[in-house]
Amino acid sequence: MTTATFDPVMIRREFPTLEQAVNGRPLVYLDNAATSQKPKVVLDALRSYYEDDNSNVHRGIHELSRRATVAYEESRAKVASWVGANEPSEIVWTRGTTEAINLVSSAWGLDNVGEGDEILISVLEHHSNIIPWQLLARRTGAVIKYIELDEQGRWILDELPHLLTDRTKIVAISHVSNALGTVNPVKRVAAAAHEVGALVLVDGAQGAVHMKVDVKDLGVDYYAFSGHKMCGPTGIGALWARRDLLDSMEPYQGGGEMIHFVGRDESSWATVPHKFEAGTPNIAGAIGMGAAIDFLSEVGMDAIAEHEHKLLGYALERMNKVDGICIYGPQSPDEHSALISFTLGDAHPHDISTILDSEGIAVRAGHHCAQLAMQHFGISATARASIYLYNTESDIDRLIEGLEQVRSIFA
Amino acid sequence: METPQLNSLYQQLILEHYRNPRNKAELEEKSVEIHMANPVCGDEVRLQLRIKDDQIEEAKFVGQGCSISQASISMMTTLLYGCSLADAEILAECFTKMMQGDPDAAKDKRLKDLRALQGVSKFPVRIKCALIGFDALQEALKTYAKEENI
Repeated sequence: MTTATFDPVMIRREFPTLEQAVNGRPLVYLDNAATSQKPKVVLDALRSYYEDDNSNVHRGIHELSRRATVAYEESRAKVASWVGANEPSEIVWTRGTTEAINLVSSAWGLDNVGEGDEILISVLEHHSNIIPWQLLARRTGAVIKYIELDEQGRWILDELPHLLTDRTKIVAISHVSNALGTVNPVKRVAAAAHEVGALVLVDGAQGAVHMKVDVKDLGVDYYAFSGHKMCGPTGIGALWARRDLLDSMEPYQGGGEMIHFVGRDESSWATVPHKFEAGTPNIAGAIGMGAAIDFLSEVGMDAIAEHEHKLLGYALERMNKVDGICIYGPQSPDEHSALISFTLGDAHPHDISTILDSEGIAVRAGHHCAQLAMQHFGISATARASIYLYNTESDIDRLIEGLEQVRSIFA
Repeated sequence: METPQLNSLYQQLILEHYRNPRNKAELEEKSVEIHMANPVCGDEVRLQLRIKDDQIEEAKFVGQGCSISQASISMMTTLLYGCSLADAEILAECFTKMMQGDPDAAKDKRLKDLRALQGVSKFPVRIKCALIGFDALQEALKTYAKEENI
């Protein structure tokens, strides 16, 4: 598939899931922040791995194992360059963002965080970037501190100099909020964190999906992200970490593939990144994620970002005109990623979602695994429409029609 | 255009209970209280019952959630006043069966206004919303029986 100019209608045809009717209407898929749909090239990559090359990696001497290993490691290299890593060995395969964060909170945290040490996160975080740190704090006696939010769901950074102390061991923050769409000033916080000697982990689940990410430019130490939100399969994701950190960390899990030599009392570990990849990995998933990166690269991340930005502006403009709507998160599209979190009159977000679903429109309703952010606004849930490369203005028009339907039922 | 299914789901009676829930208050004297929450969607209810001589004298609730969950709890509490524990159990079973699509249960006159919620059974992902109050009721009856050694 080659497109000289960016054409979402052409791109759409690459995604079989999108070509269906739901409840009698053509599907409008606006739940991309939960998971994206998969293009044919990714489905083909999975199929061809299982049909032609299926074998375990880094074990067999035979031809299939060689092919599987090559494809698996080539994908690692693609993921590495996707985020601007120095080398493929800085990428550890995980089940997704959640496991990547848990890997750091366990393998790095347990050895480097002690009683009275501080972990700085933000009120905006997804539960996957809160709970691993709470678990670590519970086991070590560390203290969790929070970056608070303003009325538009942006970090209040005036307090940052007080929040960062010589006890701060790590700052764990999201690149883009999955609940509100806020694009966070990660670079600025990372620089301040490093000044007090703290490490910086970024939850990139909503970041690397929509924009070019350069971990060196961001100036962070860990970057966690998932395949399934960027056209890849579920169950695969990656942790990027600085090589020296990975070298100094103990393994996360024990098992096959992660060892160098096993003795009765003592064993030694494989080199990075294999030290962190115990057991047979999600080989097909890794290969599928590589195919997703090829696909997105071919379309072009700048073109995707521009398209999403334009569509977001259109959606914000149209949605703001719907009577009774309340949009959470930054009002300016420039601080806003491609998702819109909203409530409508006294219709509960689940009711909004059911009514939209009856029109074939998929959105998310609930707390978006960000209860702290919901509590900040004094609400329990929002509805969320999230955009990706294959969405069009006509999808937004359908959403607006659906919202009018909600209004008429809850009139 | 509204689909007939959606009409059956969002009946006026349901929206009316959602906006003006009955018995939404704290009970001063309560025999049993059950907190029930659906972590997936955030629906939440604390159901409080005052029970005397195997009869529910008062039923109140506090909580939050979608129109279906709030209307269902509101309607349920109105039926619990003066209801025997055995009849409350029957009511919960009957409502649950209606949600599972049992046509006979949906005809049971004892459900009264709750029959307006029959349409929910056609929306599988919303059934749990309608059931949260009754789940709390069944849990409350169980807890009360255990405490009273009935």
